[in-house]
Amino acid sequence: MTLVLEQLLNGLQFGVMLFLLAAGLTLIFGIMGVINLAHGSLYMVGAYAAAFAAAQTGSVIIAILAGLAAAALVGMAMELFVLRRLYARDHLDQVLATFALILIFNQSVTLLFGRQPLFVSVPPALNGSVELLPGLTYPIYRLIIIAVGLLVALGLYLLINRTRIGMLVRAGATHREMVRALGVDIRLLYTAVFGLGALLAGLAGLMAGPILAVQVGMGEQILIMTFVVVVIGGVGSIRGAFFGALLVGLVDTVLRAFLPGLLRQVMTGSEADALGAGLASMGIYMLMAVVLLVRPKGLFPANV
Amino acid sequence: MQNRKSVCLGLMLAAAVALPALAQQAPVKIGMVTTLSGPGGYLGQDIRDAFKLAIDMNGGKLGGAPVELVVEDDALKPGQGKQIAEKMLKTDGIKIMTGIVFSNVAGATVPDIVDAGALYVSPNAAPSNFAGKECNENYFVVSWQNDSLHESAGQHATNLGYKKAFILAPNYQAGKDALAGFKRLFKGEIVGEVYTRLDQTDFAPEMAQIRSANPDVVFQFHPGGLGIAFLRQYQQAGLLGKTPMVLAEPSLDATTLKAVGDAALGLSVTAHWNTDFDNASNKAFVEAFTKAYNRVPTYYASQGYDTALAIASALKATGGKADVPALRKALAKADFQSVRGAFKFGPNQHPVQDWYALKVEKGADGTPVLKTSGKVLSNHSDAYAKDCKL
Repeated sequence: MTLVLEQLLNGLQFGVMLFLLAAGLTLIFGIMGVINLAHGSLYMVGAYAAAFAAAQTGSVIIAILAGLAAAALVGMAMELFVLRRLYARDHLDQVLATFALILIFNQSVTLLFGRQPLFVSVPPALNGSVELLPGLTYPIYRLIIIAVGLLVALGLYLLINRTRIGMLVRAGATHREMVRALGVDIRLLYTAVFGLGALLAGLAGLMAGPILAVQVGMGEQILIMTFVVVVIGGVGSIRGAFFGALLVGLVDTVLRAFLPGLLRQVMTGSEADALGAGLASMGIYMLMAVVLLVRPKGLFPANV
Repeated sequence: MQNRKSVCLGLMLAAAVALPALAQQAPVKIGMVTTLSGPGGYLGQDIRDAFKLAIDMNGGKLGGAPVELVVEDDALKPGQGKQIAEKMLKTDGIKIMTGIVFSNVAGATVPDIVDAGALYVSPNAAPSNFAGKECNENYFVVSWQNDSLHESAGQHATNLGYKKAFILAPNYQAGKDALAGFKRLFKGEIVGEVYTRLDQTDFAPEMAQIRSANPDVVFQFHPGGLGIAFLRQYQQAGLLGKTPMVLAEPSLDATTLKAVGDAALGLSVTAHWNTDFDNASNKAFVEAFTKAYNRVPTYYASQGYDTALAIASALKATGGKADVPALRKALAKADFQSVRGAFKFGPNQHPVQDWYALKVEKGADGTPVLKTSGKVLSNHSDAYAKDCKL
């Protein structure tokens, strides 16, 4: 029983990380209509900036600020200098340009930091585990990730639904021309939204640093999952990104953890393990296919 | 008149400069297809740098013959590796090839090279399918056969007296070879066998499974960045102090060790080479590598260096001619001082060598280092050599 609970927590934590990335991606796609393949690079930039700052200063706060600032600034620069020229073009051009950005970012990071992965330690205060229930211990750092992710979700909900900026963002997602006609500086809004998306990606990156390897190409590994989340949740919808991310995180973790065990009841050990691993890694894509069959626009489409 | 004189003088001067170049033979080209980009990029980088080091240490020559190293990045894409190899073979007329890091790239590329009549000397990848029935007279492996890495770990776990093992590896050919290799020489019981994904970065679900299975020992194969994430999370899950881990060297090389830090203390590793091996060739290599590149060489680097030495021994025997049958014959003798000490080729032209146990300990400056603690297997070949008819 505790094993099931622990795996659910793992799923939740993975889902929250996906949410931070998916929120930015879905905002950018929903509002500007840009497919930003280089979103994973912003995640990498956040992780590297935080790792570098932590190694130089040894301060957690400075590392966090550096990661967030670097990701947001790089994101806004990307919007200003590259993407702004692509809004009017079709998706293929955008995909090509942002794919080029991935290569440029990866090589720049290789030049600056080398190919060797960086080492980031968990802040000493958060290094350890707590006993949540008898027999269920869980690393504090991962609990913090879950908490931060849920807080960000709440903050975004309030921002989108309760503030003037949020109103513009929602309006921009559905009636772009009308917002522009009403005299809103849509360019500034775009840059701000892009910066926010980049900031969230950077946050995910810097939090991932101490548990995963900070290395070139780390963004692409998680980017595919993020796209699955965006598609399942409904393009352009923050709410969709949130529930989509939790669903994907939980389904992926639970399948990986328990499917081989279930298959072992009906077939021999090593075959069950190999088949289970294969089916589990297909799991979220099958989930995506089913969701698209039943609700072609995703679970929570933005413009209904 | 004055003009003609100076033209003549110029010609003579030019001839004087050109003559020594004419007298020297054209350099032997060596093609290196390796992985230099992406998370696995540092593996290829170390192989390339060590190979170059061997050339530089001998004044631009290998075995007395001037050589030119042509390096290209396969980006861990089998298709790209195949294309590069084709270009090197057909356009550049290269006869000696090396460099491939990953088994999946080797699987697509090596058959083309050996079928084209060129020599391939592997500094790393050695998948099982090329070691047995499909072995080839033009295919040499200086590193190891993939399974041997993990067989040594299995033997080591048995030697240490562990009874219940939990084993994990990514779900691809080398991962399956790893688990098969470990099980071949591990005498205890396997209480859990998990295949992870090659693109997986979070191992929390696996950590929970390990904890609930409560094994005596964990064996895992996760090369490069995967291994860093795995070990870090193993420590964070509180398993490091409780459940010992036995690994083969790909899961803990000098670079991952640096990134993992104290999370690696106390782990048992098996390897065919380590920086502290006490032989003249190794001492010269470790010192030169550290001086030239300002980092600790990984075992990949040692293999790149050994590969260069092996090719040098063959070129010396042929007097610098890239004549494949003669090179092949000379290479099979393995007439070079390997940095790992004793070394010879088995009947399938894969190494027959000793395997050692290493332990991660705190070094003099407080950072963890790998220390050699004893021998695990002597003159170990591989399970496929008997199927090879050469």
